[in-house]
Amino acid sequence: MTTRPYAAAKRTLSVIDKLYEVNWGLVLLISLIACVGFAMLYSVAGASFSPWAGKQMAYFAAGLVLLVVASVTDIRFWMSIAYPAYVVSLILLVAVMFVGHSALGAQRWISVGPIEIQPSELMKIALILALARFLHGLSVEDISKPLRLVIPLVMIAMPAYLVLKQPNLGTTIILVADGVSLLFLAGLSWWWIAPAFGGIAAAVPLAWRFFLHDYQKQRVMTFLDPESDALGAGWNITQAKIAIGSGGVSGKGFLQGTQSRLNFLPEKHSDFIITNFAEEFGFAGSIALLLLFAIVIGYGVQIAASARSQFGRLVAMGLTLNFFFYILINGAMVMGLIPVVGIPMPLISYGGTAMLSVMFGFGILMSVHVHRQVEIPRHSGGII
Amino acid sequence: MPLFDRKDKSRYATFTRRTLMMSGGMGAVLCLLGGRLYQLQIRDGALYRVASEDNRVNERLVAPPRGRILDRFGVELANNRRNYRLLLVAEQAQGGVEAALDTIGHVIQLTDQQKKRVLHDLAINKRFVPVVVAENLSWDEFALINQHLPYLPGVQPDVGETRAYPFGDELSHLLGYVAPVSMDDKNTGDEDPLLDLPGFRIGKRGIEKSFDAEVRGVAGASRVEVNAYGRVIRELSSSPAHAGKDLYLTIDRELQHFTDQQMTAQSAACIVMDAQTGDVLALSSTPGFDPNLFNVGVTQAQWQGLMTDDHKPLINKALSGEYPPGSTFKPAMAMAAVQNGLSNLQVNCSGALQLGNHQFHCWAWKKGGHGHVDLKRGIAVSCDVFFYEVARRLGIDRMHEAATQLGLGKRTGIEIPGERPGFMPNSEWKLRRTGIPWQVGDSLSAGIGQGYVTTTPLQLCTYVARVASGRAVSPRLVHVVGNDRQPRPVAEALPFSEEAFAKVREGMNAVTNEPGGTAYGFRIAEQGLEMAGKTGTAQVRVITKAERGSGVKKNSSLPWALRDHGLFIGFAPVAAPRYACACITEHASDGHPQVVIVRDVLRFAQQRNVLGLRTAYPLNAASADSASGPT
Repeated sequence: MTTRPYAAAKRTLSVIDKLYEVNWGLVLLISLIACVGFAMLYSVAGASFSPWAGKQMAYFAAGLVLLVVASVTDIRFWMSIAYPAYVVSLILLVAVMFVGHSALGAQRWISVGPIEIQPSELMKIALILALARFLHGLSVEDISKPLRLVIPLVMIAMPAYLVLKQPNLGTTIILVADGVSLLFLAGLSWWWIAPAFGGIAAAVPLAWRFFLHDYQKQRVMTFLDPESDALGAGWNITQAKIAIGSGGVSGKGFLQGTQSRLNFLPEKHSDFIITNFAEEFGFAGSIALLLLFAIVIGYGVQIAASARSQFGRLVAMGLTLNFFFYILINGAMVMGLIPVVGIPMPLISYGGTAMLSVMFGFGILMSVHVHRQVEIPRHSGGII
Repeated sequence: MPLFDRKDKSRYATFTRRTLMMSGGMGAVLCLLGGRLYQLQIRDGALYRVASEDNRVNERLVAPPRGRILDRFGVELANNRRNYRLLLVAEQAQGGVEAALDTIGHVIQLTDQQKKRVLHDLAINKRFVPVVVAENLSWDEFALINQHLPYLPGVQPDVGETRAYPFGDELSHLLGYVAPVSMDDKNTGDEDPLLDLPGFRIGKRGIEKSFDAEVRGVAGASRVEVNAYGRVIRELSSSPAHAGKDLYLTIDRELQHFTDQQMTAQSAACIVMDAQTGDVLALSSTPGFDPNLFNVGVTQAQWQGLMTDDHKPLINKALSGEYPPGSTFKPAMAMAAVQNGLSNLQVNCSGALQLGNHQFHCWAWKKGGHGHVDLKRGIAVSCDVFFYEVARRLGIDRMHEAATQLGLGKRTGIEIPGERPGFMPNSEWKLRRTGIPWQVGDSLSAGIGQGYVTTTPLQLCTYVARVASGRAVSPRLVHVVGNDRQPRPVAEALPFSEEAFAKVREGMNAVTNEPGGTAYGFRIAEQGLEMAGKTGTAQVRVITKAERGSGVKKNSSLPWALRDHGLFIGFAPVAAPRYACACITEHASDGHPQVVIVRDVLRFAQQRNVLGLRTAYPLNAASADSASGPT
């Protein structure tokens, strides 16, 4: 399949070697999905590149550069910065509580010079890297030992708590899901997993009582009965379903969607962009897009499976799952399967930070692929 | 691979196994999403498609422009001008309608009264019905609202049309006015959807009311695409509104204006008619009101002012005022007299007629009466004793027959609402009504137009036109509706002999044109324009015997409301009558202002040659067939 089949096996790879090893098919897929995003942003702006599609293209271009740079960077470098990145992200998450500014009622942003940073986005990747590094040093038996398990759980709990306090329920869920998935993949005993799920089920009423904000509770309530408040908080859910459903089999045609163009959908360019796609391209288009996502996820799983190092496997799978959780939560949200939480559709929803963080994630995934033959001693993992 | 120890291998196996499990899970979840898509887009697709159409498409009524009202020469008496207004839709007003009104109040002036009215209107209408918040806004206010529109959810700026009456109060009684639809209007069985349109106005009085169906037009409909805030994005399809029909009246605006001016804002009424056809050339009742006020909205103070004015500006005296005709009734009595063989009746007037133990006085009783009086002189000097004798000999039923044939004591059928019938008594009526048989004395009072007899000024004008033309003409105001000429009521020859007409016209000529006639001092001197007429005074109060003994008080020394009404009927030119005119001045007979008005109006009409001018529409049915339409 390739003229230099074992190039990756070489102890050291040149940059050219690495570029050759980059999975360009995956890059093409990602670009294709991003193009769907451009088209939708163009459509919801009333057939205009401003204000979203043009900027989104620029973000994507920057993301592409970031992806390539990340992919040719040695996987051991990523491993070495895992803990520092986690600590910095944690500090930023604390800082955002004090100096961050709010958008849509939540403190999520922090300004560093001219750059706006969303620490929770950084944390997603940092947490995956840090957990993968920690788990890299543990054997299957070690993981299920309570004293060993406490550390990764704390590593998950600290950022999750901080993000929940912003408040940003969607990202909290993703952080926890990413972390728990990595523990599971690393071999956490079923004796832990089964009681944990039981505990979560028991904790839901408590969380409802003590941890959820009023707006979060309201979202859940309106999710359960959107028609009860069809013009108020249930508006998003009802109108999103109308948009998707009215697309029918083949859709209304590009630029012909009425729901978002006529402003029946707030957040039409961000969290709810996919409804416009479903409206304009119908069931056929939606399934095609779902397939594209599935192929990307398949690539991610395949990369994870073919990596030699436990760190690489865990990072690749963690990033793939992260990507999947985004799609799942956003998709289920706009289709009215779960309450509305503020999670964008990766690669499609408008937003610079989200785009860069997704592309950076793919870059590291690609780095795992490029460096799949690299072996890393187990003692490089662990705490330090 | 030295670094791959046993533990690594077990780790790898676990990882692979669990990765497969998770992949399966991810696949299953993606299938679940696909299934949900199937559910929404295929299974329920049709349902959601309808919902999205409902979302974006609104049906809106398009109000038709109201038909204009024009005079006989095409001068616009009522037309439409632009009306910038502001509508509010309750269900789109985020944060409630009161908050929305407060926000609007920051941009334009809104009084508490206005706010109260809007809240009331919103309460009685469905939540998606737009309600008028303010209208007749200036362009600046309108522009300001448009500028602030993003902060005013539920507010719709709108350019409508509003009725305008360029000549204000001059034609107020004739044209009437338009005003917002009331509950009563909706209960008349009128199911036109336009009645529910916010701010829609219908005719409430006058021509605007009686021809409302014609000038209203037919609503159009517009299917528009609206966004989530209800703002119209584009029109998908529309059926146009059909404008209301234009009305051409028989009125001459110039003559109307002149007539109105002669009345000098007294409480008075004056009608000018084509004596040969009954077409009304001017119909004036003063004082009037500004019909534009009702359109914009009358304030409480303005309404109170109109209601309490003792000159009654809201009453069209020309056809709603019922007055004793007084001596203007005498030509009708003379007609009856000739018709019943009394053409050569001779009476000696000594100032009073003795009937039983009651004396019936002549107005000239102080001077010792009129002496020898025949029919012509009876009319010319308006001798009461002569007509007492006529009445005594005729009896009330023959008087009733003649008066009714001449158009008195019954509605003329003019095309505007509110016409009163007046009253012409007969013997049967009195018996039925009071149980007392008709007395000869009752006939004597009726013979000089007093007692039970009442007429409207419009009836008087119809009556003088009938005397002048010899035919049973009836008043008509509307000549053309749209492109259809309105039929003229058939004017059959009256059942009076030529002699009767000749004698009475001769008498009326003597009133104005022969020395000794009661209105000789007010004759039209211009050759060929001479008028014939008859004066009259309608007594408002009962003169007591005691008062008569001590001398009847001068009118001028009485309070205004107790003074006599002055009446005059006339036609011109005498030789070939073309114009008929009747006038009443309430509580003003001194100096005969009513005679001056009729004289000046008849002179003006002839000099202007109203009936000789080319009209916007041909006036005769015969020539109408070859006419092509309005000029």
